[in-house]
Amino acid sequence: MPTLESIAPVGDTDTDALPPLPGPLVPLLHEVRYALARLIDEGSEHRIDLHALPLNTTLIDQLLAFIGRGEVEARIDAMGPTRIHESATPGVWVVDYRDADDQRLALHLEIASVPQILRTDRATLNAGLQRLDAGLAGAGDPSPPS
Amino acid sequence: MNGAMEFLLWTKGPMFQIALGIFAVGMLARLFEILLLGRATNHAEARAGEWLPGLRTVFTRTIPDPGTFRRAPFDVLVGWIWHLGFIIVLLLSVPHVELVAGVFGVSWPTLPNPVIDLLTAITLAGLVAALLHRLLHPVKRRISIPQDYLVWALTFAVVLTGYLAYHRLVDPYPLALGMHILSAELLLICLPFTKLTHIFTTVFARWYNGAAFGRKGVRS
Amino acid sequence: MAATQTLAEQLRAQGVSRRGFLKFCAATASLMALPPSLIPRIAEALEAARRPSVIWLSFQECTGCTESLTRSHAPTLEGLIFEAISLDYHHTLQAASGEAAEAARLQAMRDNAGAYLVVVDGSIPGPEANPGYSTVAGHSNHAILMETVEHAAAVIAVGTCAAFGGLPRAAPNPTGARAVMELVDDKPIVNISGCPPIPMAITGVLAHYLTFGRLPELDAYRRPLAFFGESIHDRCYRRPFYDQGLFAESFDDEGARQGWCLYRLGCKGPTTYNACATQRWNGATSWPIEAGHPCLGCSEPAFWDAGGFYQAVSVPPRVNAEALLGAGAAGAALGAGTALAARRFTRHEQQQREPVTVEALEKRL
Repeated sequence: MPTLESIAPVGDTDTDALPPLPGPLVPLLHEVRYALARLIDEGSEHRIDLHALPLNTTLIDQLLAFIGRGEVEARIDAMGPTRIHESATPGVWVVDYRDADDQRLALHLEIASVPQILRTDRATLNAGLQRLDAGLAGAGDPSPPS
Repeated sequence: MNGAMEFLLWTKGPMFQIALGIFAVGMLARLFEILLLGRATNHAEARAGEWLPGLRTVFTRTIPDPGTFRRAPFDVLVGWIWHLGFIIVLLLSVPHVELVAGVFGVSWPTLPNPVIDLLTAITLAGLVAALLHRLLHPVKRRISIPQDYLVWALTFAVVLTGYLAYHRLVDPYPLALGMHILSAELLLICLPFTKLTHIFTTVFARWYNGAAFGRKGVRS
Repeated sequence: MAATQTLAEQLRAQGVSRRGFLKFCAATASLMALPPSLIPRIAEALEAARRPSVIWLSFQECTGCTESLTRSHAPTLEGLIFEAISLDYHHTLQAASGEAAEAARLQAMRDNAGAYLVVVDGSIPGPEANPGYSTVAGHSNHAILMETVEHAAAVIAVGTCAAFGGLPRAAPNPTGARAVMELVDDKPIVNISGCPPIPMAITGVLAHYLTFGRLPELDAYRRPLAFFGESIHDRCYRRPFYDQGLFAESFDDEGARQGWCLYRLGCKGPTTYNACATQRWNGATSWPIEAGHPCLGCSEPAFWDAGGFYQAVSVPPRVNAEALLGAGAAGAALGAGTALAARRFTRHEQQQREPVTVEALEKRL
């Protein structure tokens, strides 16, 4: 009977079918590997901005093809779209920041259990709570928040 | 404040005019002097023509005879390599051809930059080797005069600054380009008054040699 | 007047969410070529940052720099950063005019002494020039500049005129135009050159100042390295054609249609440092070289005087052919004269020669 931990996530897990890796990308993937090991050992997160590196679109496409796609995909609409997907390596995320004209602002490889931009901070949580209370009050339920 | 750019514009503007002017005065003065002086009249009866052997020698002397090569293979080989590299880079790199086209209105095909870059590196190595040989070889050191080192330095500076400018190893870039242009101008200024004159006189000297031999009916 | 709001509060008031703010930080880091590991620190710093007061002085200029900055498409990062400063004085953008406008400048200088930023566009007739060449409210440009920068935290020279003198300074420089850095020597100065400068470069410097409270790393011309660190030539997508020796020879030949290198058409890309090739213009639509025109080198000192726009970088601005021919003729005459004098001397000596026989010599001894 397999345990929950032993079940592999869905996605590109077949290592035999990996596309070829161009030379300039090898050191980059070593940096990713090192960061992932540090995430496991120390819990520290890491980010690489592919947009700021001297990589042309072909190389970036080859890199994205190589790291594959995992099971998570998300889209944020704040000052233009931000598209996020997990790579085939869990813990390695692709975060594509774009402006309102869909021009790329930054393209991050984020090595974290959850990309930071997806997490909700305390101030936003509080604002959400207030909004919910206001809604409940408006609906005629005056019970005060405890 | 705008030092580097002003320096570049000075080398491209007033200094370029000055260098060209000095070169034109100096070189034409020397050439006219040499050509009008001619050679001492030879009263002996000519055994054969002068013109054909003279012209032939202009070209045949380019390739050293086997004896010379056996005696000084280093000088022949390294000399050949860096002279060829220098001439090709001078005449066939894009910015140089554009300069000629801009000033004289004539242009010709050029070589790709990576080829020029490689030839420049080879030329630099050749020049360094030539200097080392001059310094280390007892006879060559003895017969060298200060002017030989000056001429070497002028030539080396032109090639080195060109290499530095192409690879942007000096910041800001206008300074690199200005240094290259200035060193070329210094070379131009010194050309008529030093051994660098051989760029022009080699041809005449060889012709005189060939003609003299030809007149005597001797092969040269 | 600088509001007491922090930047985070300011952005929230504009309806920018936390995630929008984080994205803003990520884009700022990318823009300034900072490692993304700094993003949490950037976020922290920006959250607490107060809106700095900015006084924008326009001197001998064409308003192109302001146009560049304000023509960006909303809502953009440039817009947001621009919102994040308190622009207390700007001829073109402020509502106040006349005495009220000047009063706003003096008020901002008093309230934020030692902390405000001065942005300058346009060159300034120097102290030795006739002050009447350019005045604002009856005061010379030079007097206003010196008065305003006295208590400034830093000065940002926007555009080639303010940075290097630009068009007004071109020979023969009738108004005695000078660059800001020639007149101000006791304040940190950043030059954001270009005619006009790239809007992202202006906002990038402001963002850096907001984030870190200091100016970014600069090159030899005091330009931010993040934007002026590489030449147009080195970042040009047409560079492979230069290396292969494939050039457009005219604007309508096969090479031009094939998109080959524009070096021979006078491209100043090799001597020009700017971010046009990466940031591009008009909402990243295109840039001059992509549109098929050689770079004019507008972000470099003395670009108006640096030779023809359509002549290759290596070509000297002008060659005085007549003077050169004259020099050649003079040289020829000199050489000929020397040679003829030598020949005459030889002939003269030959004529003076007295043949001597062995017998005569023996007799003499």
